[in-house]
Amino acid sequence: MAIHFPSRPGLVVYLTAGDPSLEATYAIALAALDNGADVLELGVPFSDPLADGPVIQRASERAVGRGVTLQDVLALSRRVREARPQAGIVVFSYLNPVVRMGLPDFCKAAKQHGADGVLLTDMIVEEAGEYLAEMKANGLAAVFLAAPTSPDERLRAIAESSEGFIYAISRVGITGTQTSLESDAEELVGRLRQFTQKPIAVGFGISNAAHVAAVGRFADAAIIGSAIVSLVEQSASGNEAAAVGKFVRELRS
Amino acid sequence: MPVLEHATEGTPSAAAPIASAAAVPGRFGKYGGRYVPETLMAALLELEAAYAEAQADPAFHTELADLLHNYCGRPTPLYFAKRLSEGLCGAQIWLKREDLLHTGAHKINNALGQALLARRMGKQRIIAETGAGQHGVATATVCALFGLDCVIYMGEEDMRRQELNVVRMRLLGAEVRGVSSGSATLKDAINEAMRDWVTNVRTTFYILGSALGSHPYPTMVRDFHRVISIEAKRQFAEQVGKNPDVVIACVGGGSNAIGAFYEFLQDENVRLIGVEAGGRGSGLGEHAARFQKEGGGLPGVLQGTYSYVLQNEAGQVALTHSVSAGLDYASVGPEHANLHDTGRAEYTSAMDAEALEATKVLARTEGILPALESAHAVAHAMKLAPTLGKSQVIMVNLSGRGDKDMGILTRELGLGIKAAENQGTR
Repeated sequence: MAIHFPSRPGLVVYLTAGDPSLEATYAIALAALDNGADVLELGVPFSDPLADGPVIQRASERAVGRGVTLQDVLALSRRVREARPQAGIVVFSYLNPVVRMGLPDFCKAAKQHGADGVLLTDMIVEEAGEYLAEMKANGLAAVFLAAPTSPDERLRAIAESSEGFIYAISRVGITGTQTSLESDAEELVGRLRQFTQKPIAVGFGISNAAHVAAVGRFADAAIIGSAIVSLVEQSASGNEAAAVGKFVRELRS
Repeated sequence: MPVLEHATEGTPSAAAPIASAAAVPGRFGKYGGRYVPETLMAALLELEAAYAEAQADPAFHTELADLLHNYCGRPTPLYFAKRLSEGLCGAQIWLKREDLLHTGAHKINNALGQALLARRMGKQRIIAETGAGQHGVATATVCALFGLDCVIYMGEEDMRRQELNVVRMRLLGAEVRGVSSGSATLKDAINEAMRDWVTNVRTTFYILGSALGSHPYPTMVRDFHRVISIEAKRQFAEQVGKNPDVVIACVGGGSNAIGAFYEFLQDENVRLIGVEAGGRGSGLGEHAARFQKEGGGLPGVLQGTYSYVLQNEAGQVALTHSVSAGLDYASVGPEHANLHDTGRAEYTSAMDAEALEATKVLARTEGILPALESAHAVAHAMKLAPTLGKSQVIMVNLSGRGDKDMGILTRELGLGIKAAENQGTR
């Protein structure tokens, strides 16, 4: 149980937990892992997802409306861990639910529930002293975002603080699919590479096998989020796991 | 380095700060800071540097002062509300007339300052959020003045209840984009403005309208509104011969309040009182009173800053209600959070009905129609004045005028053309 990418490009799959239900997310998670995902990002639904585009906003709103909490997502993490001991699991959240639980309690609980790492969308390295100390004390990997707009000195700090992998954002903007990958991504990975040999995963706007293959030429892994959340939204009830399994399998074919 | 303080009672660790006070600039005690997606960090650092440079440039201050005087109408009067005070049989109530500024509220102080900064930085595209529409109107106004492109995000609920301001913004050449997510009010407009900013960060300047958000915004917005208390302090010395005993201001995000408080912070015998929106009840979702006990407000992170946030036990941000769109917000500026915790300022609330009543009273005793936001401050002054002696002096920051609220007042007070029937049935 750790974050690793045995074959290149690795595959990271983001799911908004609790959409359409926690039970469905559990089944989708196993289907994604069984069809080639190396790491799961279990997204904690939040009332104010200001970094997300319409697809994840809608999923988040549905899950919040159903009363899905951070505690529920941790319970889901435990079930996935028990079912798939080799999976990489990252809890992906906005900061406020974590602050509400309390950082020390959250980090302890995340570890106990089988998570390998945590990504907090609105946590930057300068503010992360306490967070990193708690993460380290619990043996958890802190994943930070790196952006095309980040100057080199920030990339260095991000690379040093991140464990597991570094999440390189392919373009400026919010989450969501796009038809072509912008050249921002390769340049950003190149700049990060000056500072680290840790795995670099590229996310935002990756939605098909061609994108994954393109990312594989310059990065360690590709992150698929909105494309899968959208597929879940469009699938007939009960059919989500099968649809996601098939989609993930084809991403690396 | 950081100290993890645990909340004292009831809620273990929920109120623990998440970074040390000294970790980054822009801290007010343990509040404030920067909690944003990484993509925005370069822009925030660029803004911080540009603002520091402008602050050190006398030409920037000269141009701002000139426009505040000749374009906006500063200084605003300090006016003794004699009939209002006499009717209450207590302290003297003085009004700082920010409602007389160009565009009708204090908001232009900040919009003008930030627009000058945007121009210095060579940013041609301006975005802003607005609640009551006053910040949107002020931003649209300064964009017209400087020939900048302007997009305003506004919750659809707020567009409905402040329709006049939507029309004003469009007349001024701004594009108003409605936001339907969440409760379709100020919080949701800020989310959408931040999504725009993160997408167009290289070309766009975000003129944030309250003392909220990530550093340097709370400090910068406060600095642009400091002029309120700088003038008031001088005017009190000249007109009354002493400082006011109490300063009262309404608090949504808290921009007019921090501007009205700031120069008096060091004068410890001046009581500072912020008035939040008590809405229609104390249950979560019924009000926007972040500091009131049992109201559901706890320290947390919303829209880039660490401050009090109305939220449920899972950390989901609560919906809010206020008759005034400008106070209808789930969090509050981080400097107010610190003033609250240190006790330097007091925070209370006024209900919708009290604000509506205060609007009527001020209109009929002084011939001044306050904005519904500012009416919350007037309402508290009306409660406090009778408990104080006649030598005591209260300053109310009258942050805006009420023209924008005619639609709401028509409905709530039944004063439309069918007034007789309405008043009979309400």
